[in-house]
Amino acid sequence: MTTVHVGLPAAVDGGVGASPQRPDGRLKVTGEFAFSSDLWADDMLWGATLRSPHPRARITALDIGPALRVPGVYAVLTHEDVPGAPLYGLEHVDQPVLAAREIRYQGEPIVIVAADHPETARRAARLVEVAYDVLDPVTELAAALDPAGPQVHADRPNLLRHVPIRRGDPHATAAVVVTGEYEVGMQDQAFLGPESGLAVPAEDGGIDLYIATQWLHVDQRQVAACLGLPPEKVRLTLSGVGGAFGAREDLSMQVHACMLALHTGRPVKMVYGREESFFGHVHRHPARLRYEHGADADGRLVYVKARILLDGGAYASSTGAVVANAATLGVGPYDVPNVVMDAYGLYTNNPPCGAMRGFGAVQACFAYESQMDKLAAALGLDPVEVRVRNALTTGDLMPTGQVVEGPAPVAELLRLVRERPPAPAVGDFLPGGTANTTRGEGVVRGVGFGIGIKNVCFSEGFDDFATARVRLELVGGRPAVLVHTAAAEVGQGLVTVQAQIVRTELGVEQVTIAPADTAVGSAGSSSASRQTYMTGGAVRAACQAIRTRLLERLGRAPSTTDNDKKVPFLALEEIAELLGEGAIEETVEWRHRPTHPLDPATGQGDAHVQYAFAAHRATVDVDLELGLVKVVEIVTAQDVGKAVNPGAVAGQIQGGTAQGLGLALMEEIQVVDGKVRNPSFTDYLLPTIMDMPPMSLDVLELADPHSPYGLRGVGEPPTISSTPAVVAAIRAATGAALTRVPVRPEHIVGV
Amino acid sequence: MDFLNPATWADALKMKAERPDAVPIAGGTDVMVELNFHRRRPPALLDLTRIGELSTWDLDGDTLRLGAGVSYARIMAELGEQLPGLAMAARTVGSPQIRNRGTVGGNLGSASPAGDAHPPLLAAGARVELASVRGTRLVPVDEFFTGPKRSVLAPDELIAAVLVRPAAGPEQFSKIGTRNAMVIAVSSFALALHPDRRAVGTGIGSAAPTPRRAAEAELFAAGQLPWDTLGALDPDVVRRFGELVAAAAAPIDDVRGTAAYRRHALAVMARRTLTWAWRDLCG
Repeated sequence: MTTVHVGLPAAVDGGVGASPQRPDGRLKVTGEFAFSSDLWADDMLWGATLRSPHPRARITALDIGPALRVPGVYAVLTHEDVPGAPLYGLEHVDQPVLAAREIRYQGEPIVIVAADHPETARRAARLVEVAYDVLDPVTELAAALDPAGPQVHADRPNLLRHVPIRRGDPHATAAVVVTGEYEVGMQDQAFLGPESGLAVPAEDGGIDLYIATQWLHVDQRQVAACLGLPPEKVRLTLSGVGGAFGAREDLSMQVHACMLALHTGRPVKMVYGREESFFGHVHRHPARLRYEHGADADGRLVYVKARILLDGGAYASSTGAVVANAATLGVGPYDVPNVVMDAYGLYTNNPPCGAMRGFGAVQACFAYESQMDKLAAALGLDPVEVRVRNALTTGDLMPTGQVVEGPAPVAELLRLVRERPPAPAVGDFLPGGTANTTRGEGVVRGVGFGIGIKNVCFSEGFDDFATARVRLELVGGRPAVLVHTAAAEVGQGLVTVQAQIVRTELGVEQVTIAPADTAVGSAGSSSASRQTYMTGGAVRAACQAIRTRLLERLGRAPSTTDNDKKVPFLALEEIAELLGEGAIEETVEWRHRPTHPLDPATGQGDAHVQYAFAAHRATVDVDLELGLVKVVEIVTAQDVGKAVNPGAVAGQIQGGTAQGLGLALMEEIQVVDGKVRNPSFTDYLLPTIMDMPPMSLDVLELADPHSPYGLRGVGEPPTISSTPAVVAAIRAATGAALTRVPVRPEHIVGV
Repeated sequence: MDFLNPATWADALKMKAERPDAVPIAGGTDVMVELNFHRRRPPALLDLTRIGELSTWDLDGDTLRLGAGVSYARIMAELGEQLPGLAMAARTVGSPQIRNRGTVGGNLGSASPAGDAHPPLLAAGARVELASVRGTRLVPVDEFFTGPKRSVLAPDELIAAVLVRPAAGPEQFSKIGTRNAMVIAVSSFALALHPDRRAVGTGIGSAAPTPRRAAEAELFAAGQLPWDTLGALDPDVVRRFGELVAAAAAPIDDVRGTAAYRRHALAVMARRTLTWAWRDLCG
């Protein structure tokens, strides 16, 4: 066998770095794409859920008789009918499949019903008679933090997790000190496709579940446990996902639909309505944050002291990891020699909170960026200048002691957004939009900046891997590739990216992405900006293994310069000839570099695998008298390492920025005494096209030496810094303190 | 749930008389939301969309008769000259899809304090034509609303039309929402100048149990505006007008805004709309 130098194949259309059309794009735009709510099986039943109207109560009596007597009802199930484990959860197994006695949040499921019509199922569920002993809910963070106060869970303290971080001298002093207290309201992921799925009982006593989720295998593990079935009898297939943003990391109707299907022997479909959806998934943690920044006379940070309280609500979900993110990323992309940080996650009787795009980094960024503006004002410095003077760069230490490896272009991103030409003097329209509230009276312009930091992939020593099965075969005499993973396409464009990677690695244009299911190994979650990195990495590794197999068939040994682009790989005709011996299939389980736990006392440790950065400049027009805001323009700069699909990258940056704008100005689940006051899109406001301004993007591609193609996760960073940038711009226009998001008109007007 | 689907107005009135519990439905932009959210389960729906005459308007002398089934989109497109305040309000209703479906009659039927059509109808001094098998009656719009989502509409009556004089002077409508489109009003305000009779009309939305006029503010402005000279507005008059409009409101705190903000915003909108309308009048 001779060793020869072989590099990547000759470029084909639609490879890495191109923006080929999404395979699902046309269907989605024309309304023909089948989402999970469109699933159908002959003879299927419809499920419905009865939920608690009270945030904290004890069930004293439950009578399902009235529901069972409704014609068309096939099953009415309670906690007594859960075949396996009564509880589930991502980090802590603490959440009942169906409430047995204790109610811990408004909307907690108690009874599930299957009927031959969705309306029948819903009406029957409402006929179930539940007697409650209503209790005072624990809703304030201060009360939850009090060890002498009432406990949300009798068997565990309200303090879910405390992450302390200690770096340097805890008693450091500084010439200039600014303090602030900040509050972040409860944002919702507000995906458009509500929780839905179809459970089909199988002949082997198992179940096939078609479901919109972010991580098939973590659903499988939890569903199997609650059904008392071995995982191989619980087979999940991804159905059309109508957005996720973290809200599909936890289970919603998965176990319920399976229980009803197994009980009735019929397929059961469940689809939440919009109102139920607000109670059917976790939200972004509301937070209270207290910061003290100390700097020298030149504006160099000497220390940061912070206390962050995150409201986890009734069940743990991913609160522990959110707390760790808030703590480890809580001073922002700045080099700070002395840090005293304490972040706490607490149980309350508020709605459960968990994953949402930005995951703990969002709340902290609003606070630390507000502080940086305050510091700039105290020093008489330009807000960008004070940030640049403290900008993190390669080789610096995070508060955790972790060395920042690879590019960390914090100062460059800030300069890029600062140096963009100013926004047009007159926006497309004035604050108030078409509602005719001003002809310019009271309107003032303001500009603000924000920059944020986010970890990419799972952290703290989690065994984070993705699996890809890639098959190269002849189809109609031509080489074609089938990619099979369990990775969830949630709208981000992963299906497009997987095919691009195959084209680049194998030079084969014809690529089919098989439906994602649990017949192949776990891909991990479409979360933490990780899926292009992880499943992309796995697909690439599987393609490389196939290249090796091809070369073996050719009688060549692969060389160490396998990826040298200057040396051509096999031509398509040569591949076709080699495939005459049969298809080649490779399955690869791919891991990123290991991470490590945080020291529980000091918070020291190499907890994260990659950092990502984005900066925003927002320009706003504010009507000072009415407190109405029109964001005129947003410019942003982000390092993406490598834009595997530049079109998708732009989409992520624009969408993420819009979600951050929403948190700044309007998106909040209003909770009073544990009850949600606005579970509808009438009163939970999302930005419209009239609210989202034109954007200018600077996309840097500074390769990370450790990641596939040098890429950096792109999904979350834009959500993080757009919020503080918009608020800073409103402050610049109005002079109002604005320590809480979303900013409401009355906060600006001060009435 | 029964679905009643009359082809003629006479049939509709007959059905409503026989089934007073039937809920009329036109565009469905309110009714369907209530049904979908399980807030309401009426024994019957009375579909009015087959009755063509409901979605017409015509001018009879100095009165414009606007059929209850005319959509907001058509009001914007066809009645901007005659009913500028209502057309401005129509432009702020929901999304294009909602404006294609929603009707003024439906807005009145729901009688929400936040209905966008109500303030300009109040300011213009419109009358509501109510019909039943018993006959037809005209109710001034400021006597139509009796409470939140309540009106003088009898169980056997249907809303046939709105009667209103085409604007003889400038009209304005202004609405506060916490985003720049597709919002239910936090509060809203409509103003009409009636130079022919030296009167001022007002309408307040989303800041009291019902849409209402600011009667004292109307009288004050009518008496203070320099009708003869068409001269510049006295800033004190403008300010006082705003105060009187705010004082006429009885707002509450809710998910959309606070009472204090609503009152404040009404004063601002009143000052601005009066200023714009006066400027328009003076050319």
